[in-house]
Amino acid sequence: MARWQGQLIKIDDYRWKIPKNYKTGMRVPGLIYASEEMLESICDEQTPEQVANVAFLPGIVGYSFAMPDIHWGYGFPIGGVAAMDVKDGVVSPGGVGYDINCGVRLLRTSLSEAEVRPRINQLINELFHNIPSGLGSEGKIKIEQKEMARLMVEGARWAVKRGFGYEEDLNVTEEGGCLAGADPSKVSDKAVKRGMPQAGTLGSGNHFLEIQVVKEIFDPHIASIMGITEIGQILVLIHTGSRGFGHQICTDHLRVMEQAVSKYEIKLPDRQLACAPIESPEGQDYLAAMACAANYAWVNRQCIAHWTRESFSKIFGKSPEQLGMKQIYDVAHNIAKIEEHIVDGRKLRVCVHRKGATRAFSPEHKDIPRCYQKIGQPVLVPGDMGRCSFIAVGTEKAMKESFGSTCHGAGRVLSRGAARRGIRGGDVVRELESRGIFVKAESVSSLAEEASQAYKDVTEVIDVVNQAGISRKVAMAIPIGVIKG
Amino acid sequence: MKKAFEIIDHTADVGITAYGADVEELFSNAALALFSLITEPESVEEKLHLDLEVSSEDRDSLLVEWLNELIYLFDAKHILFSRFDIKSLTHNQLRATCYGEDFDPMKHKIKLGVKAATYHMLKLDKSGDGCKAQIILDI
Repeated sequence: MARWQGQLIKIDDYRWKIPKNYKTGMRVPGLIYASEEMLESICDEQTPEQVANVAFLPGIVGYSFAMPDIHWGYGFPIGGVAAMDVKDGVVSPGGVGYDINCGVRLLRTSLSEAEVRPRINQLINELFHNIPSGLGSEGKIKIEQKEMARLMVEGARWAVKRGFGYEEDLNVTEEGGCLAGADPSKVSDKAVKRGMPQAGTLGSGNHFLEIQVVKEIFDPHIASIMGITEIGQILVLIHTGSRGFGHQICTDHLRVMEQAVSKYEIKLPDRQLACAPIESPEGQDYLAAMACAANYAWVNRQCIAHWTRESFSKIFGKSPEQLGMKQIYDVAHNIAKIEEHIVDGRKLRVCVHRKGATRAFSPEHKDIPRCYQKIGQPVLVPGDMGRCSFIAVGTEKAMKESFGSTCHGAGRVLSRGAARRGIRGGDVVRELESRGIFVKAESVSSLAEEASQAYKDVTEVIDVVNQAGISRKVAMAIPIGVIKG
Repeated sequence: MKKAFEIIDHTADVGITAYGADVEELFSNAALALFSLITEPESVEEKLHLDLEVSSEDRDSLLVEWLNELIYLFDAKHILFSRFDIKSLTHNQLRATCYGEDFDPMKHKIKLGVKAATYHMLKLDKSGDGCKAQIILDI
């Protein structure tokens, strides 16, 4: 693909602006958070063009943002954030992505590396056995159609009521694990049919469950409030989304939006940016269906967290309580939410699209759990399975600048095909094992696609958002055991 | 014989370029390309057939809808297809009979979970000696 040749204006070492006059039709400028080195790979693809294209969308306010883990997506880039005025703006399924409420959940334990390492094989095998994963995997929970409607409305609480996890998990889940406004009548029969058998499954692709060891604590005070108290402490990170259910909802509504674009005479530079006014029936229907998928994804992570606790309990012969298995937080990184933000000095209700981006609300924000009021919302940033993951918190600067948003992960640099051609799945397993990371996957060949070389280094990503001030890094953990679909 | 399709690389996902002497053949080859990504089509026998009808706004989106219908049938009903007989095709409607069998984990290797056909970089060209389409799939 041709290198992007457009104009980027340096604001400071971590901020680059695409001026509004770069393309006729842009309503706001673009803003890319990146270091000078990262810009190289960002411009290698046409990603900045996508940032500029998003700026065409009606009602967009502030900037069309790109986080440092940005890479090329359909229509919207992955790592993109865009806020639209609810009054005259649009909502776009492409600004959320196919895997609605793909996100991460982090559990802590009171176990140490010394206790877990000797049993890591056993533990990973048990988790692999207990948590359905892989392509076409079907869940252990059998759901009838009527029950599915309840699940869509109630979200994670639906699972807690059925004995999967605890009430207190809900307090430390974004939106309490239930996005309001979910309306199952806006979800197609096809989506329900894809979703029913897949509830409570990890899935495939880049989804995973990792056993991690805390390696560095950058801010001991903030970390301790999250229950991260020492180097060597064991954490569990779960990364999954809404499976075929979310994909079908996105597919269905993109089709509706295709027609809405001509109905409302919206001019778009890319068909995949299809959208409709937020307050139109098409826009409201999408938001109601999207909320169903978001809630489904929270059920998914709630169930998987439960089976994780169960597996630890079995291997270590102690209850989850005795093992200190509390949830630190759960964040969505593919979602659109109606939020209130200050724009040009006045309060404005906006629809914030975060596609491969994480909410990062500041301390004292009303929408974050009471236990985190003093430190800000936990932000969970997974890296690839061979490197590390970060825990950060939201900041006041993020509220002022990026609609309370930050990065979501590492971001791909190699296509899956290129990774498969250059790397062998078996080699990845051996290489990771030689570094003390035990991996179990449904498909070994697909592991090559997820090898470290295929991703940006998440350390560079987190350093940019930390330096730019839109989040503050708190701790870093490395994997010692991974299960993948 | 001209090749039926090619697989193209895309950073986060994967795409296909399908060819055909006419649009019917192109639609059939695009479906074949899809199932060649999901499994080894040679391992799929023609044990069942299904009549499908897909409609859309225009021909480009018809191609997207057609592939999305097949993705749905695999994901929700676990059916793999290996042959597609396009019965009729207008600019916004398609009728086809699809031949294949139920997914059997002992027999079929699943290579890739394709979750959606997208409009991204969608291109459908007709030229003197045939047609060609490019489509990106979300995996």
